[in-house]
Amino acid sequence: MSMDTEVNKKVIVFQLQDEEYAVPVEQVSFIERMEPITRVPRVASFVKGVINLRGVVTPVIDLRNRFNMTETEHTEATRIIIIQLEEMEVGLIVDAANDVIDIPVQSIEQAPEVVGAASVDYIEGVAKLEERLLLLLDIQKVLTPEDLEEIKKAEG
Amino acid sequence: MDTSQYLDVFIEESADHLEVLYKQLLELEKHPEEKEIIEEIFRAAHTLKGMAATMGYTDLADVTHYLENVFDSIRYDKIKVQPSMVDVLFETVDYLNEIVEDISSGGEGKRDVTAILDKIAALDSNSGPASDEGSEQTENVSIDTSDELKHVEEVDEFELTILKESMERGFNNYEIHIELSKECLLKGARVFMVFEVLEQFGEVIKSEPTVNELEEEQFDNSFTVLYVSKQSKEEIEQKINKVSEITKVEVTPFSVTEYTAKKNEAEDAAIEKAAQAKQEKDTPKATPAKKSVTRKTIRVNIERLDILMNLFEELVIDRGRLETISAELDHTDLKETVERMTRVSGDLQNIILNMRMVPIDQVFNRFPRMIRQLARDLDKNVDVEIIGADTELDRTVIDEIGDPLVHLIRNAMDHGIELPEERQKSGKAEQGTITLEAYHSGNYVMIEISDDGAGINKEKVLESAIEKGVVKKEEAELLQDQQIYELIMASGFSTSETVSDVSGRGVGLDVVKNTIETLGGNISIDASPGAGSTFSIQLPLTLSIISVLLVELEKEKYAIPLSSIIETAIIEKEEIYSAHHKKVIDFRGHVVPLVFLQKTFEVPETSTPSEEYISVVIVKKGDKLAGLVVDSFIGQQEVVLKSLGAYLTNTYAISGATILGDGEVALIIDSNALIK
Repeated sequence: MSMDTEVNKKVIVFQLQDEEYAVPVEQVSFIERMEPITRVPRVASFVKGVINLRGVVTPVIDLRNRFNMTETEHTEATRIIIIQLEEMEVGLIVDAANDVIDIPVQSIEQAPEVVGAASVDYIEGVAKLEERLLLLLDIQKVLTPEDLEEIKKAEG
Repeated sequence: MDTSQYLDVFIEESADHLEVLYKQLLELEKHPEEKEIIEEIFRAAHTLKGMAATMGYTDLADVTHYLENVFDSIRYDKIKVQPSMVDVLFETVDYLNEIVEDISSGGEGKRDVTAILDKIAALDSNSGPASDEGSEQTENVSIDTSDELKHVEEVDEFELTILKESMERGFNNYEIHIELSKECLLKGARVFMVFEVLEQFGEVIKSEPTVNELEEEQFDNSFTVLYVSKQSKEEIEQKINKVSEITKVEVTPFSVTEYTAKKNEAEDAAIEKAAQAKQEKDTPKATPAKKSVTRKTIRVNIERLDILMNLFEELVIDRGRLETISAELDHTDLKETVERMTRVSGDLQNIILNMRMVPIDQVFNRFPRMIRQLARDLDKNVDVEIIGADTELDRTVIDEIGDPLVHLIRNAMDHGIELPEERQKSGKAEQGTITLEAYHSGNYVMIEISDDGAGINKEKVLESAIEKGVVKKEEAELLQDQQIYELIMASGFSTSETVSDVSGRGVGLDVVKNTIETLGGNISIDASPGAGSTFSIQLPLTLSIISVLLVELEKEKYAIPLSSIIETAIIEKEEIYSAHHKKVIDFRGHVVPLVFLQKTFEVPETSTPSEEYISVVIVKKGDKLAGLVVDSFIGQQEVVLKSLGAYLTNTYAISGATILGDGEVALIIDSNALIK
């Protein structure tokens, strides 16, 4: 990549607690308001259930739960971001989603090694923009955590 | 004939043959006398022609046919290869290449081939199909042109090819016109008798009207057939006249050359007209599409059928909603209208589902090759027999059933059929047989995979099952044969002592069983030691729309497929007994274990359930029963089965979801998973 051409990455920015996260706009097919969710029994706790997305039954997961944050009541601002990943379509429940921005690729850095005590593999990188810090998500890893297999085994 | 499934193979192989043609033509230029090269080209052109004709690409078949003729002449030293000729030949192959490329990019493979045909024809002075060499005899016979005689109007390229080839082999081609007596009552039967007579001494290539129409008696009193036979004209006439109620038989020799000439004339005229009308520089399909009066089917893109089905599914959802509303409003007219609509849409549903039916051959057809390959890998001698390949089932089922069947066949090859030496020792034929059979049974399709191998060793299965903790020793003693066989499909079981490449790679028959049960079917095993084993799969005809009973658990709604329900019951709490720490009820003389769905599905409790009665749905799996305890029954409904999506696979006891009239999603319970 040459240095003098500005390469931008278009992302959807959403909020969780007081942090801002970003996913590539190509992976997002819709952003929906909260809808009635039908619980699916005996699945991983972050899988909240399924919704009727214009005739397609779509699973939704609660990102707060997935990221080990405390779950809160859903508000007017709560959104479901519908992600399309290969053949999979999954909804992510987030606190708010209201921004589409271009971030220069140069401003993306590798995720710092120490984010908490445990390392998280689903943060692909960190983008620093003037006043903001965006955490770029690796959706694939968000959807299929490595320990999911173990969860399934424990439940099965 | 539906040839779409062979399209990929066709394109691939055509490309191969074209490559051969190019390569050999280059060689031919260098060594114009080399017989081997000429043979090679002839063969490639011949194969390509056959394939193109079968696939219905008439233009491609035409050009290759002429090409073949040229080389036929070269082969028999009728013409000599000259440099100028090679150029034309290259041009021809370029042409063929273009057509094939057009086909592979989704086109219809139609080109204006008249120009190139003329060029090739000019090469071969004997042309007009060169294959006429053996047909002087036919050429000499004058053609009876009596006006009242009805002629076969349309003969397609494929049929022409057969006729030409039959002439080359010394057969005679006839056009036979037969008139039945006006009083004839069973015309179909007479036709059948005539055909039987004809088929004894030759082959009917084409009939007008078509055989189907003739069988259904959709013709006046006469019909015409194209017939290939070694018999003379008189003999044929005589034989047909033996069938009673026939007033007139006219047998006339049919000349392919004359036919093509006439047709070309007609087509040339048509082309000229088209050209005048259009004034196009380059008309890729100047040859007018042949009209076919007799055709009664049309091809529809599967995608369109899927869209139709999706739209209909939406309609079913709305129908559900309407039914709810009309029940609430209790308005007579509305009720009647909704009822009628329900009936009509029920019929519509049947028709749409029928349209989506495809023969199971689509799955079966790849197995013979696979079995041959496996047999080679395993050093076994195996024959495959397929019965009922035309059995139809819904596309959705077809798509899902392939992998489980592959697994079962591999299993039969690996564990069922013995090595040839072993078979010989036990007094069997060296060659084992695997039989695939499909047939309809009520609302289900049965697929049976049987082998005449060693059967299943009960003791070994039991031993292994106990060892692996699949069953307890005490339980094992009570099992019947069939139950023992079915142990091999329990998870965590694999009898093969050595893990082979073919089957038994950890994922075993339990996966097969799960898949089939998720499809709403079930699988059973029967075996007899030394004589082989049979796996029987029962599958629903369709997976898209099913009848369910909607039930309520606290505030959640679930659907239970009617196909697995025996009946519903309301039972007093006092009638629940405890046996082995399990709750059971006495239901019509059977002890039926209860499954408390609220607990199984971890439904959050909201109300205090302390009524005196419980609602139970009695479900079955094979001959085992279970009672699913629910809070209340909502009612029976036709629903559209939807998957939970690629993300949520392997959900416990949930086989899918459906969208209810109010737009909410209800989960569909897989009761098979709840019966132990």
